[in-house]
Order: sequence, then structure tokens, then C-alpha cells
Amino acid sequence: MVQFHLDSTSGVPAYLQIVQQVRQAISLGVLRPGDQLPTIKEVVGSLAINPNTVVKAYRELDLAGILDARRGQGTFVSDDVEGSPDHDYAPLRAELVKWLSRARGAGLDDEAIRALVASTLRTELSVRAVA
Amino acid sequence: MTVRSALSCEGLGKRYGSTWALRDCTLRIPAGSVTALVGPNGAGKTTLLQLAVGMSAPTAGEIEIFGWSPQREPQMVLPRIGFVAQDHPLYRGFTLADMLSFGRRLNARWDEKLARRRLDSLGLQLSQRVGKLSGGQQAQVALTLALAKRPELLLLDEPAAALDPLARREFLQALMEGVAEEGVTVVLSSHILADLERVCDHLVILSRARVALADSTEEIARSHRLLTGATRGVDEIAQLHSVVHANTTDRQTTVLVRANGHVYDSHWQVSNVDLEQIVLAYLALDPVRTPEQPVMSA
Repeated sequence: MVQFHLDSTSGVPAYLQIVQQVRQAISLGVLRPGDQLPTIKEVVGSLAINPNTVVKAYRELDLAGILDARRGQGTFVSDDVEGSPDHDYAPLRAELVKWLSRARGAGLDDEAIRALVASTLRTELSVRAVA
Repeated sequence: MTVRSALSCEGLGKRYGSTWALRDCTLRIPAGSVTALVGPNGAGKTTLLQLAVGMSAPTAGEIEIFGWSPQREPQMVLPRIGFVAQDHPLYRGFTLADMLSFGRRLNARWDEKLARRRLDSLGLQLSQRVGKLSGGQQAQVALTLALAKRPELLLLDEPAAALDPLARREFLQALMEGVAEEGVTVVLSSHILADLERVCDHLVILSRARVALADSTEEIARSHRLLTGATRGVDEIAQLHSVVHANTTDRQTTVLVRANGHVYDSHWQVSNVDLEQIVLAYLALDPVRTPEQPVMSA
């Protein structure tokens, strides 16, 4: 079962944080098609948040075809969702660790590294859009 | 889409002697919402809650709970509401079993199973005496009794004010579970802002006995913007948007506005503000506040 967490300093609305965490869990293979999500009450009980927030997040994911709310049974990851292929991310992660240590060696701190990754992602996206 | 109102008032006012404790209060709290009533001490929060439960009669205007008057139609209102007063008063000499039997006798819709299940999940024994429980446990017991009444509207006056952060968190968890399970509408007054953002979907800010702002938290967050720029007057901005708070130093002017549509002005850098900052800006408007009245104890 996945567990959600909220970052109250992020400025991202709580329901959107839950939406993003479900999407991430699916893309990382933590959640697979057919898996059950925690009930509204379970999420509310662990995070002390307004149930409507969870309802809103699940509804949005339901409308997007990612979740499937089955009456009286619970909420499940939709069977139509492309689950993460059984990828082993270990080699990518190992390369990333090496790259991170080079970046630190070059004097970048966490914040600078995040900024560099974010700006590179943006440029790469716009290059792909043009191509 | 019209949502049923749990609580609505129109021009509601309450005067004690020559002092208005609440004035010109017009608002509507939708059923199913969790609404926070915030404001400094003396702003009228408790007065509004007491009018809602019929403990006092309005001096002016009307208040309705699900369409009924708490004063004229208490037989319609009282079974539908649960009220946890400040400091969650309980009979200290009672055991928990006594408290439950008391609740059972006084409330037609009493849900004994719910009460026992909740006490059990809190690790409390029915033989324990109320006076021996910790503050957090007493608050939980008061909440349990209020929920076991199976109210449609639960009103809580500063329910977590006296609790330490952990007990407050546990209390809010229990309250939110109650909302998820029973679908009860909640109105809670609070001067602790820290937890409100995750718990509430509607907010009523009371200041100097009047409603300063009442809306859904989503709409409040959407409509308020913080503008920063080089030192300049705010008149131009004030013509288009309502200025909540403006602060000027020798270099910079910072303005919190309730925006009327988008803010297009190249002189200002526009940013989002979190709920806590917005509430504080409204409360800072309150000139009667004196330093010994704590606005926040977060």
C-alpha cells in the first residue's frame, strides 16, 4: 500500500500533491494496474487532512482514467494504465550517483544541482518540441 | 448547482449592553464542508457559535441551521447538531461508562457502537475517570461524545487550543476520520493557523465583531496575490483590486490584494500567498488588538 506525504511549504495544493504522488508511484512501478489505493479514511487518518482533498485527488485521477473507483470496493489503479515496464533502474541510478559526485566536485550544492537539472529538462523539452 | 446550507445567517448581530459582540454577519456555510472560524480573541467567534446552537438569541438579523431557527425551532435543530464548547467540558468525576450512559439517555440518535469503538481505538477503558485523563484524551472523549450523537453539523469552539502539537494532530486526525465516515459538516473556531490549511475547505475570518472574509479556501488562495515592487504608491492598484494590506520600506512596497481578475502590471512582481499569510494580513487590519491578546499560538 502506498503512503502519501504532504509538503506544506511547497505551495502546491494538497490535492495536487496526492495526484502527483499517485502518478509517480505508477511511473516508478510502486503501483501497478489493479492495485488498491488507501481508502479516503485511511489517508485522512494518517495525514490529518480534509477528506474532500482526497476525494478531489482521486476524482481527478479517475477522470484521467488512471484510477478506477469501484462502488463499495474501493479505488484501484485502472487496468488500462500502462504500468511501468519491469525496468531495472539500477544502472541509471548508478550513473546518476556518479554524475552527482562529479557535480559536487565541481562545487555545486543541492540547490544548484536541482536548478541545473530543471533548466536542462526545460531546454531538452523545447528542443524535442522543435525537432 | 445549489448546495444545501448547514448554517446561514443574514444581518446577524449580538449586542451585550452597549457592545456589539457580532455585527452585520451575513454568510452561508455549505453542508459537507469543514469551515474554520478564525479571528483574535473577542472577534465574535464564540458568540457566533453560541447563536448557532441557540444558547443565546440574536439582537438583530437571523440565523438558520439547515433552514431552522435554533431559538424558535430547537426541536428541529438540537438533534442535528453537536457542540464541543471551549475547554471541552466533561463531568470530571464521571467514568467513561457514566459519560456514555449520560449520552445515551439524552440523545435519541445516540450511537453506542460508534462511541465504544472510538474509545477503544484511543486505548481508553470504560472504568477510567474523566478527571484522570490527559488534556488530549479529554478532548478526544468530548469529540467522541459529540460524534456519537450522530449530528449533521458539528460545532467546535477552540477544540485544540490547549493541546500540545502531537495531541492536536491526533485530535484533528480523529476529527477528519469522523468527517470521512459520517459526512458531518464541521465548523471549528481556532486561533491556531498552522493546521487549518490542510483541514479546512472554507474559511470565515472575523475581525472586530464583523466578517472580514468568508469563502472557500480554494477561492481565497486563487484570488489573493502578493505584489512586490520598488517603493511607490498603491493608489493605482487600489483602483482595480482591493488592497488588504500594504507595507512600504525605503526601497520596496509589498501589497497584498484581493484581485479582481488577473493582475497585469509590469511594475509589480506578482506571487502567490499561502493561507496563513492571508489570514495574518486580515487580522493585522484589526486595530483593537492589543499585545496581550494572543492571535496565534502555533
